[in-house]
Amino acid sequence: MADHAASKRSYFAIYAVLMVCTYLTWQVAYFDLGPLNTVAALTIAVFKAALVILFFMHVRETRLAWVVVAGGVFWLGILLALTMGDFLTRGWMTRG
Amino acid sequence: MPEALQAAGHPAVLAHQFDDVEQQRQATTLGMWVFLATEILFFGGLFAAYLVYRTWYPEAFIAASRQLIVWAGTTNTAVLITSSLTMALAVNAAQTGKRRALLSFLLMTMALGCVFLGIKAFEYYAEFLEHHIPGPNFQFDGSEFRHAQLFFSLYFVMTGLHALHMIVGLGVMSVMAWWVHRGVITDAYYGPIEISGLYWHFVDIVWIFLFPLLYLLGRHVHG
Repeated sequence: MADHAASKRSYFAIYAVLMVCTYLTWQVAYFDLGPLNTVAALTIAVFKAALVILFFMHVRETRLAWVVVAGGVFWLGILLALTMGDFLTRGWMTRG
Repeated sequence: MPEALQAAGHPAVLAHQFDDVEQQRQATTLGMWVFLATEILFFGGLFAAYLVYRTWYPEAFIAASRQLIVWAGTTNTAVLITSSLTMALAVNAAQTGKRRALLSFLLMTMALGCVFLGIKAFEYYAEFLEHHIPGPNFQFDGSEFRHAQLFFSLYFVMTGLHALHMIVGLGVMSVMAWWVHRGVITDAYYGPIEISGLYWHFVDIVWIFLFPLLYLLGRHVHG
């Protein structure tokens, strides 16, 4: 029971961090940081997602789920990397 | 049915292929994660489309994004994160066998889900009035008419698909609340609550990415 009570407290702590991050990402968006605006927004989003996955979804304690989560994210990476690898390099051919 | 479930020995909730309830729980959790991995790629295709068009037409995306109601998006982010907290507490209540708390947390999660969809519906209505829905009646002030329409197409498909997931989630939570009420969910059998929770948190995560990419893009222009 004691560890359950502790995890309940940690849920509230995680929630507080998530809300602070939401406020941060919203406020930071109004400052002109150039390309860093997108970097900041995505860094905070990835951090928030990681907190939800690790604590709310208990992946920290579920070893086997790690493999599937990592697999999903890896395949998403392939999807985005190969797509952008095509679109970003199209101009190179005509210029050369 | 509830009497049968509480019978000692071989509980009716245990499928034949599993040794015990704990093994069944681990298997269903893993299965849910495999489903969520396919969901990552399902939404991933849309994020890839967004990335391509945003790279090609950055000015149009900034101009169109600034038309979205930023307070509504921010409020909805807070609402969804709060619903994730109540969902996590519901799973905790299920694990510790607190039936009454479990039911209230499930109902709170559903209520917050409804608030989210209500705010989203208000936004869609406001965008309908502004003629920001792509199609023959689309209107957009500025030089980026065609490409702004692309942004709004992606906005409606991505948030619409997310809203559809929310509606499915509300359906799942209704069944869970009904099962808790009927006594199908016990302190020995709460796998369905954990799995529904995983789904709910996943939908929250999708929004965590949609919010900055759609609403906050280009807020820094003109202060």
